[in-house]
Amino acid sequence: MIEAKGLSKCYGKQRVVDALSLCVPAGICWGLLGPNGAGKTTFLRMLTGNTSLTAGRLRVLGYDVPREALKLRRRIGVVPQQDNLDVDFSVVENLRTYASYFGISRIELQPRISELLKFAALESRADSPITALSGGMQRRLSLARALVNEPKLLVLDEPTTGLDPQARQLIWQQLRALRARGLGLVLTTHYMEEATRLCDQVTIMDHGRILDSDSPKKLIARHIEAQVVEVYGTGLDSWHGAKGEALATRFERAGDTCFYYADDERPLLDALRDYPELSYLHRPANLEDVFLRLTGRELRDD
Amino acid sequence: MPAGALCWLPVWRRNLQVWFKLAGPALVGNFGEPLLYLLGLGYGLGSLVGVIGELPYPVFLASGIICSSALFTASFEGMYSAYTRMAVQNTWEAMLATPLDVNDIVLGELIWGATKSLISAVAILTVAAALGAVDGWRALWALPAIFAAGLCFTAMALVIAGLAKNYDFFLYYNTLFVTPSLLLGGVFFPMDGLPPAVRAVAEWLPLTHTVAIVRPLMTGTALSDVSMHLIVLAFYGGVAYVTATALIRRRLHG
Ligand SMILES: Nc1ncnc2c1ncn2[C@@H]1O[C@H](COP(=O)(O)OP(=O)(O)OP(=O)(O)O)[C@@H](O)[C@H]1O
Ligand SMILES: [Mg+2]
Repeated sequence: MIEAKGLSKCYGKQRVVDALSLCVPAGICWGLLGPNGAGKTTFLRMLTGNTSLTAGRLRVLGYDVPREALKLRRRIGVVPQQDNLDVDFSVVENLRTYASYFGISRIELQPRISELLKFAALESRADSPITALSGGMQRRLSLARALVNEPKLLVLDEPTTGLDPQARQLIWQQLRALRARGLGLVLTTHYMEEATRLCDQVTIMDHGRILDSDSPKKLIARHIEAQVVEVYGTGLDSWHGAKGEALATRFERAGDTCFYYADDERPLLDALRDYPELSYLHRPANLEDVFLRLTGRELRDD
Repeated sequence: MPAGALCWLPVWRRNLQVWFKLAGPALVGNFGEPLLYLLGLGYGLGSLVGVIGELPYPVFLASGIICSSALFTASFEGMYSAYTRMAVQNTWEAMLATPLDVNDIVLGELIWGATKSLISAVAILTVAAALGAVDGWRALWALPAIFAAGLCFTAMALVIAGLAKNYDFFLYYNTLFVTPSLLLGGVFFPMDGLPPAVRAVAEWLPLTHTVAIVRPLMTGTALSDVSMHLIVLAFYGGVAYVTATALIRRRLHG
């Protein structure tokens, strides 16, 4: 589905995508994760032929990009990070106008309009102006709009950012349904839970470089002990010195919380019984732990 | 998919459909403004001016404002409206996720700007004809000339849109180009009376060459050097079109 070799993008002196090489098999859901400014959007824009390459080679669905980008774009759907619906038009007019950019006539599209509206759960809003839609509705319309050309591959840049849990769940269901129909999905997200639920394979990147790629399960197994105990509250330091540090395989301190990692959590939990003033949370390790381990805990303000 | 050469058509049609939604107020402006100019300036000022050459002032003026209106309409569309679609509403970004290329977008916008010039010209011609300020059917030939001038003016405005960081930037172009064109291009009075240095500048304005073609066609006076005037418009328009496409491509594709 995607083959990149030595892909780079520079803005002035800044290398935003830095010699990226990867291979994504056809038909899977692939997630691209990374902190703010990691280069995810830039990479996706290169993928669709919307940003020139500084160096490297890129093939998407067998098309050489950017040379054959126009042919490629006939076969992909794009949901951008920021909605760019046409605010001069209603919901249905948006679908029609967007289809016209693919050369799909009104008559050709007509039988599919109701299907697309149903998919976006906007049947009752067909004639609403865009400005009257909530953020979640606009997002769903962006997704439906990306399907007007019946694409083979869908590229989604943070499809659920800013949505409430209901809207997010709906989009997840829709993406899973599309995936089951054989569509390839490429998505970026800041929600690790989303990536875990949807993606067959994820790539974690930072500063334009790939840190690791694999299925969420294998990434967790590779980088993190199976269990995590988060401890916070008064007396954390004395507990840490006396027990925590020794009982955990590894620990990380972040503000007022200490994260203890271990394959067997029982010694930690037993020891915590003697510290009733501390609060703790025990959970299995997840993708967020991997993400933080690989990209660090510092805030990104670049 | 439209054939390669017609890829700009959906871009043009999108703008046309938006225009249709607001056609009411747009048409009131298209017909109302020239009516006010011709009644107010044409007859009011005309009573002081009398004739220019052998032309009654309203006739002279009508053949001028059809050109200046093309300039205003195309400049507004190429700057403010195009900039809004490019940088505010991200309409072009959405188009670029489809098989459309930057070339198609710029060409679609260019032809759209000229189309709007043409719409306003048709309105002015109708008003002028109704007031008897037009010399016969030959005046219809002014419309293709206005369309050509509209292409030139839109292309120049698209260059400015391609360079702009915000709406305020357009004031430079308005002050340094659009207003001087209006005042010096022969719309309200003939250029003969201008001081030689000012006149030398005015000779280079594309509006001057538009007026030079359109006025004879609308008023039935002798038409001369048509190909020279058209070449000047084609030159400005061609250079501007290529520049605008390059600027906008760099801006959208970084
Ligand atoms: N057109 C541009 N010109 C200059 N710098 C840019 C441009 N686009 C992106 N950048 C820079 O490139 C870096 C990567 O940006 P990008 O948008 O790809 O990050 P991202 O991973 O999508 O981040 P986020 O999670 O915040 O969306 C940032 O430092 C950004 O400032
Ligand atoms: Mg981004």
